[in-house]
Amino acid sequence: MKTFVCIKYVPDTSEAEVKVNAAGDGVDSSRFSFDINDADNYAVEESVLIKEARGGSVTVVSIGPKESEVMIRMALAKGCDDAIRIEDRRIAAHDPLLVAKVLAAAIRGGGEFDLVLTGCMAADDGQMATGVALAEELGVAHAAMVKKVEVLDGKVKAYRELEGGLMEVVEIKLPAVLTIQTGINEPRYAPIRGIREAQKKELRVAGLDDLGVDAGAVDAGASGIVLEKLYIPEVVSKAEVIEGEPEEKAAKLAAILVKGGLV
Amino acid sequence: MTLSELIKGGAFLLGPVDEKDVFTPEEFDDIHLMVKKTCADFVNNKVLPKVDEIETMAEGVAVALLREAGGLGLLSSDIPEEYGGDEADKITTMIITEAMIASGSFAASFGAHTGIGTLPIVFFGSEAQKNKYLPALATGEKVAAYALTEPEAGSDALNSKSKAVLSADGKYYILNGVKQFITNAAWADVIVTYAKIDGEKFTAFIVDADSEGITLDPEEKKMGIKGSSTRSIIFENVHVPVENMLWKEGKGHQVAFNILNIGRFKLGAACVGGGKRSIELSTDYALQRVQFNQPIAQFNIIKNKIAEMALKTYAMESLVYRIGGMIDEKLAEIKAGGAESSQIVEAIQEYAIECSIAKVYCSEALDNIVDEAVQIHGGYGYSQDYAVERAYRDSRINRIFEGTNEVNRMLIPGTLMRKALKGEVPFMEAVFGLAEELKKLKEVEAPTGCPAKEEFLLAKMKKLFLLAAGNAAQKFNEALVQEQEILCRLADMAMEIFAVESALLRAKKILAARGEAEARLPMMMAQCLANDMIPKMDAWAGEIIAGTLAGEAAAKVFGGLKLLTRYTPINTYTLKREIADACYAGKKYFLERR
Repeated sequence: MKTFVCIKYVPDTSEAEVKVNAAGDGVDSSRFSFDINDADNYAVEESVLIKEARGGSVTVVSIGPKESEVMIRMALAKGCDDAIRIEDRRIAAHDPLLVAKVLAAAIRGGGEFDLVLTGCMAADDGQMATGVALAEELGVAHAAMVKKVEVLDGKVKAYRELEGGLMEVVEIKLPAVLTIQTGINEPRYAPIRGIREAQKKELRVAGLDDLGVDAGAVDAGASGIVLEKLYIPEVVSKAEVIEGEPEEKAAKLAAILVKGGLV
Repeated sequence: MTLSELIKGGAFLLGPVDEKDVFTPEEFDDIHLMVKKTCADFVNNKVLPKVDEIETMAEGVAVALLREAGGLGLLSSDIPEEYGGDEADKITTMIITEAMIASGSFAASFGAHTGIGTLPIVFFGSEAQKNKYLPALATGEKVAAYALTEPEAGSDALNSKSKAVLSADGKYYILNGVKQFITNAAWADVIVTYAKIDGEKFTAFIVDADSEGITLDPEEKKMGIKGSSTRSIIFENVHVPVENMLWKEGKGHQVAFNILNIGRFKLGAACVGGGKRSIELSTDYALQRVQFNQPIAQFNIIKNKIAEMALKTYAMESLVYRIGGMIDEKLAEIKAGGAESSQIVEAIQEYAIECSIAKVYCSEALDNIVDEAVQIHGGYGYSQDYAVERAYRDSRINRIFEGTNEVNRMLIPGTLMRKALKGEVPFMEAVFGLAEELKKLKEVEAPTGCPAKEEFLLAKMKKLFLLAAGNAAQKFNEALVQEQEILCRLADMAMEIFAVESALLRAKKILAARGEAEARLPMMMAQCLANDMIPKMDAWAGEIIAGTLAGEAAAKVFGGLKLLTRYTPINTYTLKREIADACYAGKKYFLERR
């Protein structure tokens, strides 16, 4: 099995108040620590589990800055074999279709593949589109929101988690792309030994030119989306305290609800 | 003075140190950062959810966690690879130690196992002993305990009443004795202990805990770290195979004292983690708790407390990683020469002064921090429903174990004087040069800019130390060891100098490598620490001089003291408010990287 796992470097917004940067097109990253996108962490674990069960190799692909290399090496420390980090300022990173184009080029550059895994959703922009678009770019089948994977010969059985607790089981011919749900497995922690071995594994850095991607096809000009601005909506809340005896209160409340068209 | 002299243990007291010669947490490499991440994941997801179970000593929980840590290599960063370990540099070991303090009880179990329990075998074990014991200790399959203390031998460790007598067939030592306050006693498989062969020769032994004749007293009812096991171990005619004698007959003290020494800088690292956690808990609480219609975080006196916590944490962190860097450099140097593992211990001994400083300064800084953390929480801080209550109780033991703070304080000037007598550090030369330097100082105009002012103050404080220590040494000579009050005050001065210097050097290093914006807050903290140091040093030196000299001789030295402690205080209120705000922004110690 030759597997690619695509991961994203995202800010941990749980630990600090989100502030928008001066340009208004991103968050003020100086305030956050960045790490692997949660769902991608599960995708890494699943790819390593598949490798441990079926043999083969796992290549990590990520678009991100130099600082993201610690995150990539963490994936290598957990059992992935090598990695490609793509860095090119021209990529319109806010557009999942174009991101998918770049990732696809990196994967195709690696020759034949059986499986591509990625998280089902990025914690920062929440698009849920990159993995699916990637399947389209690669011209292979996909299954999204996968909660369980069984690899068979030449195909894969994917259990998809749907609304209302429904589980859908699909069988897909390989090669294929799966977008992985959180909770599919229990991601391991990188042991010290793995961390040390990870320093010796290949981490290739590539720009668009190295990947043979025409910048004009993936830059802001090529995107159908213009990122206008990011802002934090003002929180407006109004509370009205209703006074009086219980019956009076009930009458006043009913009047408000009727007037507001809520009943 | 040459550079190599400055890198010598204790030499920081005698002259300036360049920031290029200190290691700072900003220089963690990718491996360090990744280990830190693994530790954070392990602690947050595995240890913290089990804190209540750990505290009640739920069956098997602590040992299972130790094994899980072992699987990640977190128990074996000091064990060489050939014995199944994942030996790394000391910085890595410190990063791991720092993370584990999130549960004080688990940290005690972890520390006793990886430190005093395992290290005697790493450093003093024979090849056969290392092969037999270390692989299982590395994974946590076996848990280690360290049994030194006895009812009548605490700080006076060599006053051991335990006896070992060779059996008639010469195959065993028959051990009898009582060991007290033994961490991990309930679940230990391997016990490193000490007894006097024939009642005379103090010797270390490795004892298998399932040996016949070993019994345990019930658990101690402790003030804190309640989830760690602490019991007395009673040896009654325990047959210990002769091959389990550790190191050499009658050389147990070498094992005992050196191992404690290593434990000391690691204890400092644990306290750094405790400080960071207290800041997280306290900022989170202060930002939520509303009184007089505003979060108490916004009151300036709360900001002042939060800032003090940050200052102490910054000083602790700067000094312990500086020591870690010094030891790593020394180890790299002697390992390149193919040193024996017992020589490695001697190398660490070079920094005995710094190790004691780490132990005392950090345990007291943390005690102060957790005290204020409870205070910020008000009545809730006194409730067991809040984590600071536990942190407060857990912190207290740090000032007692691994050598009491009093014993360690006396070691600081004591070791310096011994090194001076041996000619290892030019202490007396520096003292003799002092009169001339004080004369010069009269004409020097104090610089005003930062960090020039702080550097100048620090240089003067080193001279103040020499003034106090030099006069005491000349007055009392060898009887200085009896002057415990003076020794402890000299230790206070040395610790303060080392802490403030470490803080300042780190800020300068950040400034040089990362520019003014990033160095702003660290430099502010260094400024506050340097400013707040002077009145303390003034009082301590005054106390020592008054206890040493009288009449005209005293008056003359007090003149020197006045000259050295002259300074214009800065407005630290505004700086501390800004430092607190930086803690609030991320609800954490703001230099912490994850």
